[in-house]
Amino acid sequence: MSAAGAPRPAVPMPPAGPMPAAGTVQVAFGRFLRRRGLDVPVQAVIAFTEAVALVGAERRAGVYWAGRATLVRRPEDLARYDAAFAAFFDAKAATVDVAPPPPSLVLAVDDEEADGPPDDAPDGDERDRADPDTVAVRFSRVEVLRHKDLGAATPEERAELHRLIARLRVAGAERRSRRTTPSARRHLRPDLRRTTRAALRTGGEPLRWHTREPRQRLRRLVLLVDVSGSMEPYARALVRFAHAAVLGRRHVEVFALGTRLTRVTRQLTEHDPDTALAAAARVVADWSGGTRLGDGLRRFNDDWGQRGMARGATVVILSDGWDRGEPDVMAEQMARLGRVAHRIIWVNPLKAAPGYAPLARGMAAALPHVDAFVEGHSLASLESLAEVLAS
Amino acid sequence: MPELSDALAAAGYLADEGLATSIFLALRMPRPLLLEGEAGVGKTEVAKVLARLTGGELLRLQCYEGIDAGQALYEWDYARQLLHLRAAEGRGGSAPARGGAADARSGDGRGDGNAVASAPADAEGELYSPRFLVRRPLLQAIDRPPGAPPAVLLIDEVDRADDEFEAFLLEVLSDFTVTIPELGTIRADRPPAVVITSNRTRDVHDALKRRCLYHWVEHPGFEREVAIVRLRAPGASEGLARQVAAAVGELRDLGLYKPPGVAESIDWVQALATLGRADLDDASVEATLGSVVKYREDAERVRGFGIDKLVAAARSRAG
Repeated sequence: MSAAGAPRPAVPMPPAGPMPAAGTVQVAFGRFLRRRGLDVPVQAVIAFTEAVALVGAERRAGVYWAGRATLVRRPEDLARYDAAFAAFFDAKAATVDVAPPPPSLVLAVDDEEADGPPDDAPDGDERDRADPDTVAVRFSRVEVLRHKDLGAATPEERAELHRLIARLRVAGAERRSRRTTPSARRHLRPDLRRTTRAALRTGGEPLRWHTREPRQRLRRLVLLVDVSGSMEPYARALVRFAHAAVLGRRHVEVFALGTRLTRVTRQLTEHDPDTALAAAARVVADWSGGTRLGDGLRRFNDDWGQRGMARGATVVILSDGWDRGEPDVMAEQMARLGRVAHRIIWVNPLKAAPGYAPLARGMAAALPHVDAFVEGHSLASLESLAEVLAS
Repeated sequence: MPELSDALAAAGYLADEGLATSIFLALRMPRPLLLEGEAGVGKTEVAKVLARLTGGELLRLQCYEGIDAGQALYEWDYARQLLHLRAAEGRGGSAPARGGAADARSGDGRGDGNAVASAPADAEGELYSPRFLVRRPLLQAIDRPPGAPPAVLLIDEVDRADDEFEAFLLEVLSDFTVTIPELGTIRADRPPAVVITSNRTRDVHDALKRRCLYHWVEHPGFEREVAIVRLRAPGASEGLARQVAAAVGELRDLGLYKPPGVAESIDWVQALATLGRADLDDASVEATLGSVVKYREDAERVRGFGIDKLVAAARSRAG
């Protein structure tokens, strides 16, 4: 206790509180929080015990704040912590259950028949894509599958496609970093460290002039995946695409966009695609619900984008552009996003449909702010998306 | 605990119980305190007030993309080293021996107690001495002059730095020792008080968070905000402070891109006081809106809502 730079006169401390067998209550509370879905490592419980000993266990507020400082590490967990604290220490059931039971939907199971988007009747699943190069290999199963509309694939085909998507490698555009790396070229920033080191070896004479140059760094990639009802047949494949991106490279962030905005980056870091998707489905409360794209984008801009996540990033929106909100909101939010992002790529699975025109109000409002508008209905189009991302 | 709150207030910072508890624990456990929250809620201010309170020197490490150990911990002053080499050469004294032969050394060449024999190594010992060391904030915080109180280390906006830097930071914050290959290991006698702030542009790595106490800083409640504004802008009248705090509260409910923080409330009161106003009125709000609302769209939204309405609401809320 002597090492702290504490204001000595200000803090005369009461001795440790009268806890039954020091720590048991704290450990029990830690376990209680874990059951409620909070990530509480053992060190945190130890820190909590220590903290309670310092502030004293007599006052509810003291214990509450000691726990908040040591057991919670994200603002999203605060509501759950509050409810758990009330339930545990006040021995009264929390009136609002903040942790709803996970939805029964399990993404990993791809067996039920997909019904297409309401306006888009399953139009000829064997749509011939006028691509002369693929004609020669048309009989290769993978080749056929590559161009298959994800919305029209059979469950077996879809399972196969998902495996192929998991194998996609998602690269990304680079930008100059502020870090530097030794360079072989002259006339750049001098590298005095190396020059001095070398000079030592040559009797203090800097014979060789070392230089450095800026490193290249991957731009952050932000994926916003529309998981509303109209995107249902494609959303699973697109989330798998996002999963492949998260695993394949650094600086990727993924959000699910429905009536709410949910960050699923953490869930998708799980290596196994099925486990990862199941984890993502558990946190996305509005899977296959309605869409409020404009509002979702607004949330993204407010809470994440403008603060820095979208700055200089490549932002990919995977959506059919059906928005039940105001088109003005959509246009305004896209404009905001456009001002901070390096590039906005809109992937619309419906774009491949013959005669498609971006008439959905949200889509029409968004298009002026989109740098690249690509299709995303098949494996081949996702492959080309991966290429667009690399450019 | 209440004593700490009072001490903080006396030093110019009004903390609520949660923040005061976190600061208290951070000082006593002792652990780094990680503060997250909206911009302008006074995260950075915590470190400044701690420095005032403990009498420790405030050492600020502003993070930015690409920051590395050289800018955070220490660096050798290469330019001076080169100059020194050249100067020594000119004097013909302690320059490293050509060809690395074991020339007899003379003049001011010091052995440096490193038990090295060969001449080039000797020159190295001379070059890599504390004289040529540029001490950056982290090293300064660890290596205090004898008798000085522990420093207050502010690591500001850690989310701007990259992952590599976070890993490095974790290492330093775990044991407060620094090893400089040429000089040896430096250990902090008493660890500094550490305040880390983040604006949440990305998640700080969990390992780092686990080392820290965590506090999410909220916008203060109305009365506390009035008190803060009064404390920080003593020139303004109480009535003005109340009206501004109320108006800022209204603005936060308007759904602006960048809701004003406490820092903006203080700026606004100062702006109005500078103009000699004792009350909010439409004209002065219009004239000073730029000190609270920093986006064109936000300003338009406020005008769309109606400045007269805002002023009226603020006046009635201020009581």
